[in-house]
Amino acid sequence: MATYSSTVPVQVPKTGQGGGGSQPPAYGGGGDSGRGDGYPDYGHRLRRARLGLAVLLAPIFMFFISIVSAYVVRQGLPTLDERTNTYVRDWIPVQLPLALLLVNTGLLAAGSVTAELARRQITRQAALAPVRSIPGVSLGQESGFPWLAVTVLLGSAFLTGQWMAWKELANRGFYLATSASSSFVYLLTAAHGIHLAGGIVVLLYAATVSLLHKPVEARRIVVDVTAWYWHFMFVLWVGIFALLWFMR
Amino acid sequence: MVAQDAHAHAAPQGFIRKYIFSLDHKVIGIQYIFLALTAVFVGMFLSLLMRVHMIWPTAVLPLVGEIKPETYLQLLTMHGTIMVFFVLTTAPQGGFGNYFLPIQIGAPDMAFPVLNMLSFWTTFVAFVTLLAAFFVTGGAPLHGWTGYAPLSALTNSGPGEQLGADLWVTSIAIFCIASLMGALNFITTTLDLRAKGMTMMRLPLTVWAWFITAILGLLAFGVLLSAGILLLMDRNLGTSFYVPLVVVNGQVMGHKGGSPLLWQHLFWFFGHPEVYIAILPGMGVASQLLSTFARKPIFGYKAMVYAIMAIGLLGFVVWGHHMFMSGMSPYSAFAFSIMTMCIGVPSAIKTFNWLGTLYKSKIRFQTPMLYAIGFVSLFVSGGLSGPFLAQPVLDIPLHDTAFVVGHFHLIMGVAAIFGMFAGMTYWFPKMFGRMMNETWGRIHCLLTLIGTYCIFMPMHYLGMAAQPRRYSQFTEVAYLQHLLPLNRFITYAAILTISAQFIFLINLLWSMFKGPKASDNPWEATTLEWTTATPPPHDNFGGHTPVVYHGPYEYSVPGAPKDYVMQTDPAQVAAH
Amino acid sequence: MGLALLVVIWLITFFSTYFFVAKTWWLPHGVAAAAPWIDHQFALTYVLMGIVFVAAQGALGWLVWKYRSEANNGPVEYSHGNTKLEVVWTTLTAILFIGLNLMGSHVWASERFEPAQVGAVPVEVTGMQFAWYFRYPGADGKYGRTDAKLMDPSAGNEAAIGLDANDPAAKDDVVTGTLYLPVNRQIDLTLRAVDVIHSFFVPSFRFKQDTVPGLAIHMHVTPTEIGEYEIACAELCGLGHYKMHGMVHVVSQEDFDKWLAAREADKQ
Repeated sequence: MATYSSTVPVQVPKTGQGGGGSQPPAYGGGGDSGRGDGYPDYGHRLRRARLGLAVLLAPIFMFFISIVSAYVVRQGLPTLDERTNTYVRDWIPVQLPLALLLVNTGLLAAGSVTAELARRQITRQAALAPVRSIPGVSLGQESGFPWLAVTVLLGSAFLTGQWMAWKELANRGFYLATSASSSFVYLLTAAHGIHLAGGIVVLLYAATVSLLHKPVEARRIVVDVTAWYWHFMFVLWVGIFALLWFMR
Repeated sequence: MVAQDAHAHAAPQGFIRKYIFSLDHKVIGIQYIFLALTAVFVGMFLSLLMRVHMIWPTAVLPLVGEIKPETYLQLLTMHGTIMVFFVLTTAPQGGFGNYFLPIQIGAPDMAFPVLNMLSFWTTFVAFVTLLAAFFVTGGAPLHGWTGYAPLSALTNSGPGEQLGADLWVTSIAIFCIASLMGALNFITTTLDLRAKGMTMMRLPLTVWAWFITAILGLLAFGVLLSAGILLLMDRNLGTSFYVPLVVVNGQVMGHKGGSPLLWQHLFWFFGHPEVYIAILPGMGVASQLLSTFARKPIFGYKAMVYAIMAIGLLGFVVWGHHMFMSGMSPYSAFAFSIMTMCIGVPSAIKTFNWLGTLYKSKIRFQTPMLYAIGFVSLFVSGGLSGPFLAQPVLDIPLHDTAFVVGHFHLIMGVAAIFGMFAGMTYWFPKMFGRMMNETWGRIHCLLTLIGTYCIFMPMHYLGMAAQPRRYSQFTEVAYLQHLLPLNRFITYAAILTISAQFIFLINLLWSMFKGPKASDNPWEATTLEWTTATPPPHDNFGGHTPVVYHGPYEYSVPGAPKDYVMQTDPAQVAAH
Repeated sequence: MGLALLVVIWLITFFSTYFFVAKTWWLPHGVAAAAPWIDHQFALTYVLMGIVFVAAQGALGWLVWKYRSEANNGPVEYSHGNTKLEVVWTTLTAILFIGLNLMGSHVWASERFEPAQVGAVPVEVTGMQFAWYFRYPGADGKYGRTDAKLMDPSAGNEAAIGLDANDPAAKDDVVTGTLYLPVNRQIDLTLRAVDVIHSFFVPSFRFKQDTVPGLAIHMHVTPTEIGEYEIACAELCGLGHYKMHGMVHVVSQEDFDKWLAAREADKQ
């Protein structure tokens, strides 16, 4: 563990002041860390990135909720059978490969766990970074268990599993245009998968960015935001799965 | 997204980094403005062809040739799509908002400059994709900017409904992504980058308008994206989200069970907030300019803020008023109609407050003020035809007639445009360091005000006389014949008014290079953009960060040395 | 400039209002039972909105002239507003708008919340690119079966809507391209569309309803005057939208019965 003399000042980046109006921008002079050398306020940047993520999740939510509401209405909507001039329900429940989807859900849940562990790991690393910069201080090796890489693997496994689920659906005779219900199943799983793939791309960026020697505080922000995004994707998947299964 | 902060330390060098892929919100704002300027002239040209064809259906025009009925509908579709998306959703928000929101709140740039740059270029790609529809086999789609299914979902429902329609949907989907990127930036910036002392209740009303508009866009464009994806699937992948069993030209199509009303619900859930996205920034500009040029604080700042919020919120629960005749439940129609009448209330509050601002003021009639006054007049006119359409029982004779066309053009096609003219002439000195020509500005303003009233007010009479909209010609319906003289009048007015727009364009372009040099604060205004150099330096405030002591409308403060107190002026305690 | 604005705004207001008041171009004469109610609500709305229009534009014009900076009006009133005034005009506006809406809603309810009366004359309206077809169910009161696969517009009216000749209920169905209706009887319309959304709009009846593929929408209307009235399609449906025109002939009950009998005889 690190040891250091109590007379050496440890600069922990402050996370910004409260009150009316925010502080002047976190970079370029006037920084609140007091070091006066333009040291960026990573705490503020993290909060800004998290705010950005929260804002991003709103339209993603709206996108999925509009498809879900179309699903619910369509399920209950009778269509005009012109032969009998009456309205009949024509919803065909899709035979979902439940076991496979449950496995996929487990993979995604595990991915959420590993993403969270990666997030906490890099938070610790970022907190200790200023200590690391003190001459003569050694904290040992920075790398720990590669939680980030495992998350990428689990996410990719999930997507592979979803692909296999599609194959199984086709085997059971449910293609994209077979029925309204099957159209929705493919659409919702594809849309979720695309958003998750986006998350994987960002995680790969976070992984490679470490090779480019970006400061750990900057990498922490990327991993933090992506981990929260991952959790959202997991909850979204649970919602979609529950809809498709319990309201099939 | 975090690494981009590095750019703030040094201005970029090189033509590409400085003008093409710039991360500077000021450059991006100007890029958006020029995109919208191009789009508006394309859109106006299309409408000119439409108006000419309506009166002279058999005419063969130079360059364009003969306009067939389907061509008319293709022009109509592209006119609406270009104007609504690439003019009204681009210039007021992406253009002026991008340029001035950071400066007005005292920030050096937007929260995510790389995302900002991407949002512009994505918009550009969307625009090019849309225009490409003109040049593919079959041409542009003919289903109207509203794209109702099944007309838009069947590839054999008419000319242009093959590749052209796919390009149309794709362009809109790309535009959704671009808008969402922009909205994310605006919201994060407004919440997180305000300078010291710039509380939410000291924000200029322009910033409030851009902020609420961004929230509307954030929540609405995701739904349009899903609607578009479902449409692409129905068109190309054989699904039946929107299309029931149909027979086109004797051919049974492969769809069944879909609901055309689903498209309408999804589209208008987006479409109604969209029209508020088109008008709110103009309202912000009008408030800003009326106060500045009347040398008087805006009447009822808090009420104005709450009114913008109320309009934004209520804008999400009124979409069914576009669907009273659609086959939707009449009970829902009643509910939507009450909510629609409610949304008239905050709009009325804003109008009263604009008039209240002018009362006992001291008005300077420079060109930006003329456009702002024009905005109020046009907003009143366009707004008051709303209560007709908001009542389902009156919508029965008026839906899908020229009355609706007159209503939305007065609001979107003129009032919102006046908001842009006002913003352009007001901020031109700050953006380009020169003044636009006053005389030609006044001439343009008056000609356009009179001209657009001559075009769009008569459409209300035509609508009452039951002239349907989207008719390429009036030769087949007997009761429309006596309306031809009025239609002819509108066409002549349109030709003259469109011609007058070149006055503005020439004034704009000439003044950019040859206009008289502008001082840092030619209008003696109070908000932060007027505290900095003209044009502003790369980081907006030349190294220092502004500190805000007052609200944005401290004009004619008793006891102050001048008739305006800048927001950053520490000395004046009397001002709020 | 203030005077110029005043003149322009007031002249625009004057001319706009003039043509509304003079009814130079106006709603066509209403010939359905609902028309007087709709027209009354319309008149109420346009009078109230007209007053607001004139008042607001008038005030705008007057204010920009009166408070032009050249005039000697005394010092500018440094005021951030007047909350009491805000509350008053907000309340008045809300009462005006919502009151107006509630007044019109009972007309809407009577038109749309209730189904047709027993004994109403049934007619089915079918819209397709680019013509209207009208079907009378005949003596059995039942519409015969239609089948999408049988639709062939080039083979006559019955074939256009895909009438299945083998269905016994279809044998007495009469399909025409012109709509005949008896005066002063409620008509029970069933509105359908075959390909895309159309809209059955008869201005003189104050009647409009979109015809939607996949739906059979029931509406009722009661024509009150004998005459010939035009139908115009009121929802963009393709390149022939402007010529999707039809005619309604409202005739006496006697003439209607004769006409229908003649059409049924033609079928034999």
